[in-house]
Amino acid sequence: MNKPRFSRWVYWGTVIFLFLPLLVLTFYSFNEAKSFTWQGFSLRWYLGLFAQWMSPESLQSFFIGVEPRELQQIVLRSQAIWGAVGNSVVIALGSASIATVIGTLAAIGLNWYEFPGKKYIQSVSFIPLLLPEIIIGVSLLIFFRSVLHMELGMGSILLAHTSFVLPFVIMIIMARLGEFDFSIIEAARDLGAKETDVLWKVIIPITMPGILSGFLTAVTLSLEDFVVTLFVQGSNSVTLPLFIFSAVKRGVPPEINALSVIIIVLTVILMFSVRNLLKYIVKSK
Amino acid sequence: MKKRYGSIYTLPLGVWVTVFFVIPIAIVLVYAFLTKGAYGGVKLPFSLSAFEALFKNSFLIVSLRTLLIAFLSTLITILIALPVSYFLARTKNNTTLLLLVVIPFWVNFLIRIYAWIAILGSEGFINDILRNLGILAPGDSIQFLFNFWTVVIVHVYAFLPYAILPLFSTIEKFDFNLLEAARDLGATHTRSLWSVLLPNIKGGIVTAILFTFIPTLGSYAIPDLVGGTDTAMLGNLIAYNIKTANNWPLASSISLVLTLLTSIGLLVYFFMNRSHSPVALQEEIE
Repeated sequence: MNKPRFSRWVYWGTVIFLFLPLLVLTFYSFNEAKSFTWQGFSLRWYLGLFAQWMSPESLQSFFIGVEPRELQQIVLRSQAIWGAVGNSVVIALGSASIATVIGTLAAIGLNWYEFPGKKYIQSVSFIPLLLPEIIIGVSLLIFFRSVLHMELGMGSILLAHTSFVLPFVIMIIMARLGEFDFSIIEAARDLGAKETDVLWKVIIPITMPGILSGFLTAVTLSLEDFVVTLFVQGSNSVTLPLFIFSAVKRGVPPEINALSVIIIVLTVILMFSVRNLLKYIVKSK
Repeated sequence: MKKRYGSIYTLPLGVWVTVFFVIPIAIVLVYAFLTKGAYGGVKLPFSLSAFEALFKNSFLIVSLRTLLIAFLSTLITILIALPVSYFLARTKNNTTLLLLVVIPFWVNFLIRIYAWIAILGSEGFINDILRNLGILAPGDSIQFLFNFWTVVIVHVYAFLPYAILPLFSTIEKFDFNLLEAARDLGATHTRSLWSVLLPNIKGGIVTAILFTFIPTLGSYAIPDLVGGTDTAMLGNLIAYNIKTANNWPLASSISLVLTLLTSIGLLVYFFMNRSHSPVALQEEIE
């Protein structure tokens, strides 16, 4: 058989194309200089990320020859970065939790029941999957400001994120429910279980891998989101993507390289452990 | 009894989508026909002024540019994604090879764009190398950022995995014996790919096009960060009118244009693949 030679070249070229930017970032994260001109190996920008928790003396010993004003900037940026990380995590866990509760219930209803309004819910729920993100952002901004007269901030971001992760959660859980034998539920009912018992003791345990992967997908999507957040943010609700965006606009503080590398490594570790966790859960069922 | 439970289970979702999807989009639709308020917001009377602005040259140029960038980056993406997915599908034990394509995709979207600034910027990687090689004098630099082609290339970079995954899952189901049959009947290798493989993976190609074309149409961050003043796209125009010019009616009417363009794409898609519900779409990505 003819070996696919041309496609092999394109494949490896593509892998280089995909990885090159990430490798360049990693390379510069170890640069002593602030700019992208290589000056020598240093871990100072990794330490700089944690500057807010360091004593002035130890800071000075890491950043020899750096002016006090510059050092103060590093401490301020470290505070801003961790504040943004905190906001992102709170919003991601919050919106994923709400979306998972609403999404699980809705997936059960949509999968097994006929009821008035089903067509409406089915067609409307997937709007955020089909429309560009920026439309979701604009429409929610206008809605929050002109109808709810809401102060924009953590609350509006939480509502917005819950909204756009919902369809993903529902799709993932419905895929899991599709493999589920409805006769188990009928058996439970015939044996006298109440609907709440059926839900808690039969449906939810069996659907758990789907619920979990829906929740984790929602967390990732929320952590990742930039465009919708940009529109519905307030002044005290900077998330990590928003921080990176404004940092890049203002001319890239050097900690961003180190931060990016840490995020890249953490994401890869997290994704691999989630994959293995889900495999483990599916196997143990 | 069954009916009652169904309504109870889906009630929270029904309320949520009505409040946060349907009403906001309906408001955008109405706002497009209102007059600009003094400090953001809108006021009566109803007017078509926001739509008149859409027929000005500057807006038409941005629209055409958006379509052109979306078209070019989709084309390049598909041309790269086809051989990559073909290679993946024809290789046994391809889990690691597939992961190599997917891992960069896990990295935060903004970091991936920012990485290109680190490479192409006037203080970036390429200029650093050129200066070290002595091709550029110290202090000199070439600006690779802020032009049309950078915007196209970074879109290709950002959305390539969106195209590879559906193409891979379609090509994987293809029966490669058919290619050998074509060869036995005298077709050249290229001819057999063109006339036998391509028609059979049409669904995957259409999905891949949709997954790259639609996000590029609504793109905001990429042209904003790596593009210049003459590479603004519709997304930038919407953001400008909302955040800077405080012209909500105009932002709403541009949003409607963008929604319309997206809907045309979607209609073409559903027309070509009638069996595809959104759920089937998701299964295809996975």
